[in-house]
Amino acid sequence: MSATITAERTVDTERRLRYAIGDGWVLTKRNLITYVRKPDLLVFSTIQPVMFVLLFVYVFGGAMKLALPAGLPYVDFLMPGIFVQTAIFAATQTGVGLAEDLKKGLVDRFRSLPMARSAVLSGRTLADSAAIAFQVVLMLVVAVLVGFRLHAGLPKGLLALAGALSVGYAFTWMFALAGLSLKSVEAVQAASFTLIFPFVFASSAFVPADTFPHWLQSWSKVNPVSIWVDTFRDLTLGHLNPAGENLMTHLWQSTAWFLAILVIFVPLSVRLYRKT
Amino acid sequence: MPDQMIRTESLRKSFGDVHALKGVDLEVEPATVFGLLGPNGAGKTTTVRILTTLLAPDEGRAEVAGFDVVRDAEPLRHVIGLAGQSAAVDENLTGLENIEMVGRLYHLAAPEARRRAVEILGRFELSEAAHRTAKTYSGGMRRRLDLCASLVGRPTVLFLDEPTTGLDPRSRIEMWEIIRELQNEGTTILLTTQYLDEADRLADRIAVIDVGRVIAEGTPTELKMRVGGEVLAIRVVDRSRVGEAAGQVLGLGPGGGSVDNNTGEITVPVGDQGPAILTEAVRRLDRAGVALADIALRRPTLDDVFMALTGHAAEEGDQPKENGKRGRRRRRG
Ligand SMILES: Nc1ncnc2c1ncn2[C@@H]1O[C@H](COP(=O)(O)OP(=O)(O)O)[C@@H](O)[C@H]1O
Ligand SMILES: [Mg+2]
Repeated sequence: MSATITAERTVDTERRLRYAIGDGWVLTKRNLITYVRKPDLLVFSTIQPVMFVLLFVYVFGGAMKLALPAGLPYVDFLMPGIFVQTAIFAATQTGVGLAEDLKKGLVDRFRSLPMARSAVLSGRTLADSAAIAFQVVLMLVVAVLVGFRLHAGLPKGLLALAGALSVGYAFTWMFALAGLSLKSVEAVQAASFTLIFPFVFASSAFVPADTFPHWLQSWSKVNPVSIWVDTFRDLTLGHLNPAGENLMTHLWQSTAWFLAILVIFVPLSVRLYRKT
Repeated sequence: MPDQMIRTESLRKSFGDVHALKGVDLEVEPATVFGLLGPNGAGKTTTVRILTTLLAPDEGRAEVAGFDVVRDAEPLRHVIGLAGQSAAVDENLTGLENIEMVGRLYHLAAPEARRRAVEILGRFELSEAAHRTAKTYSGGMRRRLDLCASLVGRPTVLFLDEPTTGLDPRSRIEMWEIIRELQNEGTTILLTTQYLDEADRLADRIAVIDVGRVIAEGTPTELKMRVGGEVLAIRVVDRSRVGEAAGQVLGLGPGGGSVDNNTGEITVPVGDQGPAILTEAVRRLDRAGVALADIALRRPTLDDVFMALTGHAAEEGDQPKENGKRGRRRRRG
C-alpha cells in the first residue's frame, strides 16, 4: 500500500518537474521571439551603457588616472563596474515584460491553463538572462575595442563574466516582484531606476570608494554592487585592484549576496504571481 | 457528467471595501448557454475570474464540471476555456504561434499542438493571417484569435467575458454565430454581456446581476415578460408637462410604466399590444394637447429590465452611455 502511494507520489513529482521545465521552456522561447522581433528593445538598452563607457573612458578617464595606482588604465578599472551596471539595467526588462503581460490579460490566460505555476516567472527570467548575456558580451566587445585588457588570466576573466550574468539573473527576480506588484510599465520603469540608483552609483563601480565621504564609504562597503565589482576586479585586475586583492573573502560575500537576493525574491515573486 | 455544469453557492468577494459579489447563486445546465447580464461594475468579471480559478472567493463555494474551483483548481483547468474581457494574445507572435503556444501549455505534443492550431485557425477564418504577427490583426480578428486560444484544450465549459464589447456590428454578428455553433457541439458556455439583445439571442437562461447580486434569473422570454415585452417610449416637447403626459399613458399597458427623471422619457411596457397601445397613446396625448417630441416602440434594453426589476436605471460605469442603448430599434414614430 504505502509503497504504491510513494511510487505514485514520485511519478507525480516527476511529472510536475517535467511540466515545470517544459512549460518554462515554452515561455522562454516565446519571450526570446519578442526580443528578436522587437530588436529596438535590445538596441536601445545596449546603446546607453556603450555611451557610458565612452563617456567614462574618454571624458573622465584622464582625471580618473590620478586616483588609480600607477600602471592601471582607467578602462581596466571601469569595466567590471560597467558589466554589473549593464546586467542590472538589462534585468529591469523582467518587470516591464511582466507588467505588460498583466495589462494585456496574458497572465490571466496563463493562470487559467493547466500549466506549471512557475513557468511564467522562470520563462521570463531565463529569456531576460539570455538578453542580459547578449548585452554584457556586446559590452565586452566594446570594452576590448577601447583597450580593456585582463591582468589575471583568461579563466578568472571568464569567471568574472559568469559572475556578472549571475548578478543580472538575481536582479531579474527583484524586478519580477516590482512588475507583479506595480502592474504598470511606466511605474515599473520609474521604480526600477529609483531602486537601482543607490546600488549602482553609490558603489565602487565607477570610482575607487576611498574617495567617498565617510558615511558613503560605510554604505558602499556593504552595498552588494561594490562587493560584486570588487570581486570581479580581483578576477580581472589581480593585485592591481585598488581595493586590495582579497579574492576568497570577496567570493564568498558575493555568493552570499547572490543567494540572499534569490532566497528573498524568488519566493516573494512566486507567491505574488499565484495571488495576482 | 454532473447534472449542473456550473453551480455557485453564496459567492462573496470584496476588494477592500468594494463588495464586488454579495452572495451569487448560479446553476448552469450542461450544453446550454448561460448569459450573465449586467452593467459595468456589476461583478460579471469577478464571477468569471472565480469560476476560472483566477481568484478565490472570500465566502461561498463554486463547482465547475464537478470540480471545486478552489480545492480542485488544477484538474479543473484542464476542462475550461477562458476568453477574457480584453483579447489576451501576444502581439509579437503570429496567430499560429499564439495558438501553438497555448496548445503546448495544455501539454499537447508539438505535432498535435500544431495540428490543432492549424485546424482551429482555419475554422475561424484566420488561416490567411496565421503567419502574420497578431499586432497586424483587427479588433475582430484578435477576438477570434483569443477565442481560438480558449478552445485549443477542447474545453467542456467555456467562459466568454463580454465577447462582443468593442466590436463593430459585423464582427459582433460573426461572434454570435460562432457561439451558437459551439453550443450546438455540446460546449457549455457562460457569457457575460451588457446587452439584453445579445443575451436574448444567445442565452438559454439569463441571470441579471446588479452590484454583486443576482436580481432576476430565467429564460429570455420570462425576463422579457417581466419587463412586459416591447416598450413604448415617449418624449414630450415641453418638459414641464411630462407629469401630465405620464398620467395619460402610464396604465395603458399591462404593467404600469415609469418616467426617467433625468431624460424625461416615459416608458410603458406594452406586451404584445404595441400598435394598439401606441395608437391609443397618440390619441390621448393629442386630445390633452401635449405636443410629442418622439414616440416609438422598441425592444426592451438592459435599462428597461433594471427599471422593471429595481425601479432604477442601470448604474452606468465608465462605458459610454450609448452602449446601454444598443438594443433600441425605432419602428414607428
Ligand atoms: N482587483 C480589483 N481591485 C479592486 N476593485 C475591483 C477589482 N476587480 C473588480 N473590482 C471592483 O469590483 C466591482 C465589480 O467589478 P467587475 O467584476 O469587474 O464588474 P463587471 O465585469 O460586471 O464590469 C467593481 O466595482 C470593480 O471596480
Ligand atoms: Mg467586466
